[in-house]
Amino acid sequence: MTDATPLIHATDLTVRPSGAEVPVLAHVDFAIRPAEIVTVVGPNGSGKSTLVRALLGHVPLAAGRVERKPGLRIGYVPQRVHIEQALPMTVRRFLSLPVRVSDERAAAELARTGVPGLESRQISALSGGQFQRVLLARALLNDPQLLVLDEPTQGLDQPGMVGFYKLIEEVRSQTGAAVLMVSHDLLVVMRASDRVICLNGHICCEGTPQAVSAAPAYRAMFGADSQGMLALYEHHHDHDHDHVGTGAGHDHHHHHHH
Amino acid sequence: MLDDFMVRAALAGLGLVMATGALGSFVVWRRMAYFGDSTSHAAILGVALSFAFAFPLYLGTLAVAVGMALLVAWLTGRGQSMDTVLGVLAHSALAVGLVAVSFVPGLRVDLDAFLFGDILAVGKDDLVWIWGGAALVLALLIWRWQRLIAATVNEELAMASGIDPKFERLILSLALAVVVAIAIRIVGALLISAMLIVPAAAARGFSRTPEQMVGFATLAGIISVLGGLWGSLRLDTPAGPSIVVVAAMIYALSLVTYRR
Repeated sequence: MTDATPLIHATDLTVRPSGAEVPVLAHVDFAIRPAEIVTVVGPNGSGKSTLVRALLGHVPLAAGRVERKPGLRIGYVPQRVHIEQALPMTVRRFLSLPVRVSDERAAAELARTGVPGLESRQISALSGGQFQRVLLARALLNDPQLLVLDEPTQGLDQPGMVGFYKLIEEVRSQTGAAVLMVSHDLLVVMRASDRVICLNGHICCEGTPQAVSAAPAYRAMFGADSQGMLALYEHHHDHDHDHVGTGAGHDHHHHHHH
Repeated sequence: MLDDFMVRAALAGLGLVMATGALGSFVVWRRMAYFGDSTSHAAILGVALSFAFAFPLYLGTLAVAVGMALLVAWLTGRGQSMDTVLGVLAHSALAVGLVAVSFVPGLRVDLDAFLFGDILAVGKDDLVWIWGGAALVLALLIWRWQRLIAATVNEELAMASGIDPKFERLILSLALAVVVAIAIRIVGALLISAMLIVPAAAARGFSRTPEQMVGFATLAGIISVLGGLWGSLRLDTPAGPSIVVVAAMIYALSLVTYRR
């Protein structure tokens, strides 16, 4: 897996909003390979969403470069999608934006994401969990090689989150798409990840979920409070997914640029 | 047939609503009401300049409306908290226009016609401008339709699909300027926004997709024009405001129906 050409490869990525003196992101190196699930965690304001938007090419870079594999198909679920109440929109119509898709295709993706038969419902009448799954279905319509999900479980309850991450793993194994996720619900999301990047303006640590949760930088950031829950997480993790992260090596490196 | 002033008035109004049904829906979806006000109020300045420099009315109005639309689009693109600035612009544009009118001899007498419209006085050449402008706006919107809708739903999603939301906003701004220019003889600068917003708002409750809303908004616009002209003839009321009154009545009815 690690030998394959990266889908996205960023080096020395630095983003500074116009007028700001301090960059939101500094000297970030990042790569994601086919079929890999990578999660970016970090406190609010740590530049998680900015990293995603920079990788997608939505924000100008102050320094560094982003190389996307030529012709890379990306399925994107942005953070907090709000659809104006004044805009009438059925699920079916929403799936045909901006590229029109067949009814069969729309129905198939809704079924895959666990919300079959929702076509004629108004978007505004969906629950938070249903809407997230519709957004995921829409992102899958162009056969993405990479799925990018920014805080996909915001507003979901604990079972909703667990169900959603399970779905992500299923989608990965069915389609072979790589997944880049941003989250701050640490424990649940880490369970579903191959690799975790801990971000706070720069990369504090990265590696397998186990390696990162043991890293001093991670513990400093999220505090000793998370210890008890981490134990819980590790227990579940070993129980459910023995294969994840055991042989991948504890290659967490520390970046400190200041 | 075109020699009858009522036929010309009806054709002028129907031409306008061909464009306002679709564009007005975007104004409602994107909360561009102030945008409409600023651009249409600036049209009065366009009228004054056209008269002062003996320039064709529609071209002068269009030029000033385009300038204002671009200015507002640029300001809106700079942040969400533009509400106050837009309010200042909308009303200053009207005030500057009214002051400019006072310097143009003869126009003062006609001012009402440009503030509230004079649809019963449209000539055949007006019809050419109105239908030409409406066709241009419709063509623009149909050409960009999927992209405009996608950018309206969510800019982040649109960008990920390779759409430039700024460009789509520019298309809507230019379409709005054209509608303002063709509407000034029909409902006047003060009521153009009403023709955009009221039929679209009335259509909202009955619609399940954006396309349905555009259809119902156009239908509401047609009924307003025909009903307003008929009422104006029967009751001897001013035609432009009568059209807007009918549109408002349809909106009120839609609220009752929608709530069930």
